Amino acid sequence: MTDRAMAVVRAGALTTVQDEGRPGHAHLGVPHSGALDLPASRLANRLVGNPPGAAVLETTLNGCAVRPRCDVTVAVVGAPCTVTLDGRPVAWGAPVRVPAGALLDLGPALSGVRSYAAFAGGVAVEPVLGSRSTDLLSGLGPAPLADGAVLPLGTVSSAHTRVDVAPQPGPPRELVLRISLGPRADWFTEASLRTLTTRAYRVSSASNRIGLRTEGPPLLRASEGELPSEGMVLGAVQVPPDGRPVVFLADHPTTGGYPVVAVVRQEDLPAAAQATPGTPVRFVPAAGR
Amino acid sequence: MKALPVGDRALLVEVSGGEEAAALHAELLRRRAVGELRVREIVPAARTVLLDGLDEPAGRLAAQLPHWELPPPAPREDDAVHIPVRYDGPDLADVAALWGVAVEDVPRIHAAAEFRVAFCGFAPGFGYLTGLPARYDVPRRSTPRTSVPAGSVALAGPYTGVYPRSSPGGWQLIGTTDTVLWDHARVPAALLAPGTLVRFVPEVTA
Repeated sequence: MTDRAMAVVRAGALTTVQDEGRPGHAHLGVPHSGALDLPASRLANRLVGNPPGAAVLETTLNGCAVRPRCDVTVAVVGAPCTVTLDGRPVAWGAPVRVPAGALLDLGPALSGVRSYAAFAGGVAVEPVLGSRSTDLLSGLGPAPLADGAVLPLGTVSSAHTRVDVAPQPGPPRELVLRISLGPRADWFTEASLRTLTTRAYRVSSASNRIGLRTEGPPLLRASEGELPSEGMVLGAVQVPPDGRPVVFLADHPTTGGYPVVAVVRQEDLPAAAQATPGTPVRFVPAAGR
Repeated sequence: MKALPVGDRALLVEVSGGEEAAALHAELLRRRAVGELRVREIVPAARTVLLDGLDEPAGRLAAQLPHWELPPPAPREDDAVHIPVRYDGPDLADVAALWGVAVEDVPRIHAAAEFRVAFCGFAPGFGYLTGLPARYDVPRRSTPRTSVPAGSVALAGPYTGVYPRSSPGGWQLIGTTDTVLWDHARVPAALLAPGTLVRFVPEVTA
């Protein structure tokens, strides 16, 4: 069979196509998007010999199942899960040869939230503004996977070296996010700024690709008033009227009107992508600030 | 002008208002084009411009920026985008009442203004257009609509906007256009980018 494509047999709760995102268009209202756990998606690509920015599948909590129509090498990393081929267990975190017509099933995440499946040649949906990423906020890129959908696969290039196995961090038991105070920290009381860095928060089940929502003591404004919309960065800790901090993730809006109390170090955001609802969150001041 | 650090590699530059934001935006684009500034995103907004993805720590630029001289943006009279509008929105009468004019006067007043895209956001291709005199500012609707049709021409605060696609929204709807605001297969995908001049042209029904 030479049909370079795969059929979606079980789409799962939310499975999307992701690459390194769609930078450079924020001024037009286009979110950055891209894999939430970028180190994991890059590693998955390395395991199958793809360039780091090839498009992969990003699952949410309960995996997905696909049936490639061609022989293809696949690697699954990110949230650990049981991977089976026609019902038989195969390796997680290592390249697996999937014959044409076999059923590749990524089970529910055993810990963490998002697993990444890379396919040699990459998922070759049509790029939009240079990226194949699904953007849930503005609806750019391919729709989330649906049962019965067929996704094209790219041709395999031999230019990239493969790795056979690589260490990767486990999902966090406690999410520690290093922050620097944000541009609107002065909109909050001194006591609230202390609250943010000393009290315990938890990951809310309302979290998604747009933001990591938290539950915990609300932050209080030093003064009321409305902030005119302003540009927002990845990792911005925005505080809506309920006072509960929201950490902006890849599909965040490019502008917003709630004050940003702090900004999370970019290096800490992949762990945020893997923190399940209920995980304790601590915001700690980044060193040197 | 005040430059506020936003993490390590971003700066939020606060200015006095829309005109200074436009001037700063133009100057930032110019400096990036000639290679004096390396930054991934330049995002103008109502009273700020965000620089995101600087290739140097934000502190150095934060110290320099307040000393920049901002040339006024060059006039761009001849490249205004014309958007034909049917002034048939469901909130036309409410807007006329808020303005204290007859319903028939709303299209004339609206189409007489020259608009400029102050900034984008909310959805790809949605521009916040300024240009109406301040006395025509209107509040948002007290209850937002769950679905506003694509192509709706709408007002809120000092802004006019055109919904690129159907979405929830609380703006006052005064008209409809068939102009495509966003088409990712088109280059450029967005009809309106920050700085673009816009005129609304009343469509005459035969």
